[in-house]
Amino acid sequence: MFSLSPDDWSAIRLTLALAGLTTILLLLIGTPIAWWLARTASAWKRPVSAVVTLPMVLPPTVLGFYLLVLMGPEGPVGRLTQALGLGLLPFTFSGLVVASLFYSLPFAVQPLQQAFEAIGERPLEVAATLRASPLDTFFTVVLPLARPGFVTAAVMSFAHTIGEFGVVLMIGGNIPDRTRVLSVQIYDHVEALEFTQGHWLAGGLLVFSFCVLLVLYRFNPGQPGMRP
Amino acid sequence: MNKLIKFFTRRRSTFSPLTRGGTGRGLLSSLNGETSQPPRPPASTKLGTGLSGGRRIAVSSATFLMLGMAGIAQADEISVAVAANFTEPMKKIAAEFEKTSGHKVALSFGSTGKFYSQIKAGAPFEVLVAADDETPLKLEQEGAAVKGSHFTYAIGKLVLWSAKEAVVDDKGEVLKKSGFDHLALANPKLAPYGAAGIETLKSLGAYDAVAPKIVQAENIAQTYQFVATGNALIGFVALSQVIGEDGKVKSGSVWIVPEKLYTQIRQDAVLLQNGASGGKDKAAAQALLKFLKSPFASKVIASYGYGQDK
Repeated sequence: MFSLSPDDWSAIRLTLALAGLTTILLLLIGTPIAWWLARTASAWKRPVSAVVTLPMVLPPTVLGFYLLVLMGPEGPVGRLTQALGLGLLPFTFSGLVVASLFYSLPFAVQPLQQAFEAIGERPLEVAATLRASPLDTFFTVVLPLARPGFVTAAVMSFAHTIGEFGVVLMIGGNIPDRTRVLSVQIYDHVEALEFTQGHWLAGGLLVFSFCVLLVLYRFNPGQPGMRP
Repeated sequence: MNKLIKFFTRRRSTFSPLTRGGTGRGLLSSLNGETSQPPRPPASTKLGTGLSGGRRIAVSSATFLMLGMAGIAQADEISVAVAANFTEPMKKIAAEFEKTSGHKVALSFGSTGKFYSQIKAGAPFEVLVAADDETPLKLEQEGAAVKGSHFTYAIGKLVLWSAKEAVVDDKGEVLKKSGFDHLALANPKLAPYGAAGIETLKSLGAYDAVAPKIVQAENIAQTYQFVATGNALIGFVALSQVIGEDGKVKSGSVWIVPEKLYTQIRQDAVLLQNGASGGKDKAAAQALLKFLKSPFASKVIASYGYGQDK
């Protein structure tokens, strides 16, 4: 009865690897961006915020199409990767990671930014009077205080990348074991009228997404008084 | 967007005295709220009455419209589902049909597979102009289309195309050389042109060598994009995509794959049952199908590089 083909399992493995790697990279990249956005009074704050949020507004196929053009042999990114000896990014796993970084960026940066903003100046000033270096302050004061922001950022980036479809469709090329992720596999099943296999994967994804959100609310309960 | 989220978070923090608590949590609910429906301003009574007044006018004008339409019984509107690869020729054919018959044609474009699911779910299409011959036949067998109404309106021609000059030769020898990183084709499970591409590779005995270089697109439009942007050097697309109005190749290099190398891509149209429900007769839809076989239509179809039964 339970009928997942080796192809299905390969798609699941690939999707988890993509989402995991993307989440780790996004926390590393997103933290400094969010910190800067939360602290700066620069005139660049608004344009940078807008760029970071853009992937949330654009249809994924538009984002995917521009990435395809930019990373193609004639595009600026494509020329750069070729010059660096990395080859071209479309149709590779690395290409999917790069695309996912753009695609899920707002989901990492915004919770972090809001967490940093909510800390305010005072804890930082107190830490400074106790002779904590800025780096020390960040790791011993900011990180613990912004914990809910980090949990939200990680879970949302991971879940959002799992559900990524339009962008992958545009730049992935649907190659088994390399770029055929779960959402594309489900789409293929449904389009080919293989509804049974489609249901197994889609149902699994539904349950998974529900559990992810449940975990998120467990760590970051929405109502005061529900905090563990 | 950021402002929206801040608006939400701020609103949330008025409920909760914990400022730090409002950090990461507010986002999820605001993200969700923001994607499913935008936050509404508090309902104002003035706005409410204004709206219902407008609705009243809309309702009465709709009634007039319906009365007016009842007067002209002859001009029907026909809903047609059209395979995406036939978009351009169908627009031309429908425009001419509207002019000569007085009927209105509403065209929807999409993949044949999606239309199949939608028609089975009761979508109100009266005619399906498909990209294959299996789907119309299946719909007939399953009772969703009128038995015996399907016919081949066009025969798709497969080409191997590169956006660059002098890459594709006129014998397809490029497939046997290793001068390319990627060969794009439409998903063979879903698209007839993709399946024909795989068949061609197998007929040439080049499949095993080329298989690791294949990148699949969702449909032939996306296959075209992969090749046009240069991400895939070569790809199997439809002749109709690469020839211009004058019948010549628009750009790059092309090999028109000999028809003996793959199973003919027959594109069928069929009259659906759905349009007939509610006592509406199918005369208009039948007239459109007949027009699809007219000399005018067949000239348009041929000008886009499709073959036809003689």
